[in-house]
Amino acid sequence: MPVVEIHKDPEALTMTVIAQFAAPVARVWNAYADPRQLERFWGPPSWPAKFVRHDFVVGGRSEYYMSGPNGERSGGYFEFVSVDEPRSFEVKDGFLGEDGRPAEGMPSMTMRFTFEPHEGGTRMVTLTTFPSVEAMEQLLKMGMEEGMKSAMGQIDAVLAAG
Amino acid sequence: MTKQSAAAARSQNMEKQSSPGLRPVLSYNQMVVRRESPADLDRLFGALADSTRRDILARVMKADASVSELAERYRMSFAAVQKHVAVLERAHLVTKRKDGRAQRVAGNPKAVQRANRLLSQFEQIWQARINGLEELLGKSDQGE
Repeated sequence: MPVVEIHKDPEALTMTVIAQFAAPVARVWNAYADPRQLERFWGPPSWPAKFVRHDFVVGGRSEYYMSGPNGERSGGYFEFVSVDEPRSFEVKDGFLGEDGRPAEGMPSMTMRFTFEPHEGGTRMVTLTTFPSVEAMEQLLKMGMEEGMKSAMGQIDAVLAAG
Repeated sequence: MTKQSAAAARSQNMEKQSSPGLRPVLSYNQMVVRRESPADLDRLFGALADSTRRDILARVMKADASVSELAERYRMSFAAVQKHVAVLERAHLVTKRKDGRAQRVAGNPKAVQRANRLLSQFEQIWQARINGLEELLGKSDQGE
């Protein structure tokens, strides 16, 4: 079982995920480099992802689609900002529009992955940076929680009334 | 389902670790079964479902207060008020900080509350992702 530590910083709008795997660094790196492996864990269990493009080089782009339990479909892309095999890579993750291109005017987040040998396995650290609270909300809607936004509205109303 | 149960159990554990001595508001089953309703929302609605907690929240949103100051205002024990504050804290509605021997409770600004709730959603996604990656790595170890 991987040791997972998650630090959330609601003021800086960042999240750090630290996980320890028994597999060597090259093996973990490979899980990200190979789209057939990546799609087996990238989407949430109820929103599996399918990568239709995966150019794992600086300036390269990946495109993926996630499908929801009720037939919803949501497209996303990675833009590789840096790739330093097998130590680290950084991507910009955003929405794909209907035309299969990065959607204009939609938010994106930055994810930096680092891998290092640790205790005979691999320690993976991912740092996600969000541009704003609104962007976080929109990015979450990229699938999973359809009801989230309306529920948030209700909560804001309750709090405002208090 | 088992994978998700494991993820839920793990995040439940983390919750326990981050607030020692406090019972999680949610039951294990709720978290597993109600995939559509994130634990965080349940926690939030749970926190707001009690009139004392709403009252405490309204007070500390106006001005910070220590737990003992709050306890003086309600017909309940210090420990009971402390429990209410802990529920509000887990729902990201208030924060507690030490001020000498006293603990001061402050209402969280709305933006921080929202950011916290949203980050918890991303946390769940990442938990699932890590579990999936772990499973994938385990399988290929056996297969090769």
